[in-house]
Amino acid sequence: MSALARLRGGLGSTAGVYLVLLGVIVVAAVVVAAAGRNLFTPGNLTVLMTSIAVLGFVAIGQTLVILVGSLDLSVAYLVSLSSVLAAGTMAGASGGTVPGIVTALVATVVIGALTGCLVAYLQLSGFIASLGVGLLVAGYLASYYRGTTGKASPELAGFGSASIGPLPVPTLLMLVCLVLAVVLVGRTRMGMHLLAVGGDAHVARMSGVRAGTPVVVAHALSGLCAGIAGIVIVARLGVGSPTVGEQGGYDLLSIAAVVLGGASLAGGRGSLWGTLGGILIFAVVDSAMGILQVNPFLKEVVRGVVIIAAVALYARRAAPLVRRRFAAAAGPDPAEASAATAAGPTAPVTEGAER
Amino acid sequence: MSHALEVRGLAKSFFGYPALAGVDLVVEAGEVHALVGENGAGKSTLMKILAGVQQADAGTVRIDGELRTFHHPQAAYAAGVSTVYQEFNLLPDRTVAENILLGREPRRFGLVDRRAMRRRAAELLAEIGVDGISPNALVRTLSVAEQQIVEIAKALSYEPRIISMDEPTAALAEHEVELLYAIVRRLSARGVAVLYVSHRMREIFELCSKITVLKDGALVATLETAETDESEVVRLMVGRALSAFFPEPAPGEDRRELLAITGAGNAQLDGITLGIHRGEILGIAGLQGSGRTELLEAIAGVAPFTRGSMRLEGRDYRPRRPAHGIDAGIAYLTEDRKGSGLALEQSIEDNALAVVRSSAPRRARTAARGLTPLLSELDVSARGPEQIVRYLSGGNQQKVVLAKWLLLDPGLILLDEPTRGIDVGAKRAVYEVMRRLTAAGHAIVMVSSELPEVIGMSDRIVVMRDGRIAGALDRAPSEEQVAALAAGTAVAA
Repeated sequence: MSALARLRGGLGSTAGVYLVLLGVIVVAAVVVAAAGRNLFTPGNLTVLMTSIAVLGFVAIGQTLVILVGSLDLSVAYLVSLSSVLAAGTMAGASGGTVPGIVTALVATVVIGALTGCLVAYLQLSGFIASLGVGLLVAGYLASYYRGTTGKASPELAGFGSASIGPLPVPTLLMLVCLVLAVVLVGRTRMGMHLLAVGGDAHVARMSGVRAGTPVVVAHALSGLCAGIAGIVIVARLGVGSPTVGEQGGYDLLSIAAVVLGGASLAGGRGSLWGTLGGILIFAVVDSAMGILQVNPFLKEVVRGVVIIAAVALYARRAAPLVRRRFAAAAGPDPAEASAATAAGPTAPVTEGAER
Repeated sequence: MSHALEVRGLAKSFFGYPALAGVDLVVEAGEVHALVGENGAGKSTLMKILAGVQQADAGTVRIDGELRTFHHPQAAYAAGVSTVYQEFNLLPDRTVAENILLGREPRRFGLVDRRAMRRRAAELLAEIGVDGISPNALVRTLSVAEQQIVEIAKALSYEPRIISMDEPTAALAEHEVELLYAIVRRLSARGVAVLYVSHRMREIFELCSKITVLKDGALVATLETAETDESEVVRLMVGRALSAFFPEPAPGEDRRELLAITGAGNAQLDGITLGIHRGEILGIAGLQGSGRTELLEAIAGVAPFTRGSMRLEGRDYRPRRPAHGIDAGIAYLTEDRKGSGLALEQSIEDNALAVVRSSAPRRARTAARGLTPLLSELDVSARGPEQIVRYLSGGNQQKVVLAKWLLLDPGLILLDEPTRGIDVGAKRAVYEVMRRLTAAGHAIVMVSSELPEVIGMSDRIVVMRDGRIAGALDRAPSEEQVAALAAGTAVAA
């Protein structure tokens, strides 16, 4: 009972995500095994681990933005922008690694901060502000770039293909960033204020929190994460592409991953570990369908079903704790019944059989 | 010798209407000072100015003799004024410790020191004599009373010279009120000045040494508690005898039973047996959380009964959703006027016609024609039916909600806190409408937290306690009779 109560409490939502992940792994393993294949071969696992890096970065930033009560629809365009800026600046030269990375990240952080300012100080909703900024970036990309551009430096390409043990280095870096973000949210004043503003901006303001700052910081960090994701893509592909972000669908997929991770789109509730769980759920589903060579359209259908089913499950569990006074089946407690009898015009307390 | 709080000539107007007109108030360290007055008397405005939420147009505030102005809530906290609001300023998804120290989290090596945070929160809770609340608990898992305590601990964490509390017992059960008394006495023993806003005379006479009465934004008197009595305070507050405030009862000719509830219950309610008659106002009293609102919701079909039976005009009535109630001619005006009663950004007309349009579209045209006369009958002051509801006063908004339901010509009207947050004049108007409706044969069930209102308006009173009917009283009982039933300290004779 107390375990159930804990599950319904704050920690429970992340536990629920991993429960769903476990279920997805079991189902995927069974389905793959039924087709005479194995989900858990080292090769398959490496593919899975590699696949989570890019979406992982984007989703870390998206989690921060959603926790603060906003939304970032510009991430896909920022991924593309970062990739062309990084690859274009490097142009395949070793000396270009650092300038390329710095250029890409400064651009995405500044744009993210700008979106944050629109939300915090012009009171635009995150949805509109980030959509508008995203379209500006999309316009810039479409005007100045035709097809792939630039080239990754040898160092960056090496980073893209390196791995330590079974873990690809980009994925490892993503996990390190995730831990840093966990520390930021859980152990710094900025993180506390981010959660407070997302929970209720009015309450935060009344408690002396400058409500705008966490919003700007969250959006800037989301820009940073999208920028890193773009660089990882350059490291993998060797070139930058003005459409790679949209093709990856990182805007909606990252939001879906955060929601799969148990966060509330209203803000103030959610966790980065939950988001990691959400990403892994997607990765396992994709991996199984990849092994089975499922038709790509069916893939989208399965993803959609997974999102809806998982979030519907959370919603049931997170139903508000209504304090039940009287169970439909239980008869009246004799003492209470006598009090009720003393109270007024009485009739026998009938136990109805209705639903 | 300087006073802990000295307010002189404080004035504030909204849109030309004075909310405060030159109020003086002096509170000494360690004193518990009651601030009383009807809704709209200026209590909340005074509190909000002291809290830095609103700025005064004129007048001075001195804390320990020093002149202060607060342009921001933080300035008020820094000057030593903490405020405990009636609606809680807490984050439900954060822990008790995080809430108490929000904005002032202790740090160690640049990171938030959670252990220090928990320790400080536990200390503050211990200071007010509470040990049952874990600093790690999420606020939304706490009861209302516990949340109130967290709110007080938060106010205390600013180490204030003055704490002002807005109706701190409004949401508390009887035994919890005792705990609050103990907390207030502790604060006062530590030399904190307490400004205690309340309607409840019993609490004021129990706790406070002085009473300041406001009326229509002006100071009426500051009294020594020992030298006055309840009836004098009420007379000063209302400015007339209480009985004259409520319109004469006008029971309808037709007194047949409209709705009969027999042995009904659900998760929140049990053993509800009740008859509601045409032409009468049935008042529902009880503490917050006693099942008053749940009873209305069950009748309206919002949260239906799961056992027992209801008969409406002799026919079986089993609503499973609000539409069933509406079809059966039951109007339900919720407590939360802005949240579930009105679309604030739409016009009066759209709001008033909303229910007719959705439940009886064929009558919409007729209803639209009847709207203007109805609005003038209800005395809604607005530029016209196309005015946006957001810009109306609370009283006029409530009248629009009433109009919306009256257009359906309901037999039974359920009112939850019909006069909450509206001014005295609008209250009187709502009361008169209620009387006219019963005279015309409608039945009204009214839930209210204001005992004078329940007693002054009801033809019969049912008192709820813990989801059950604790007792039924005939017209015009004393406040003590109702309160005793509500608190469970006596059994109905």
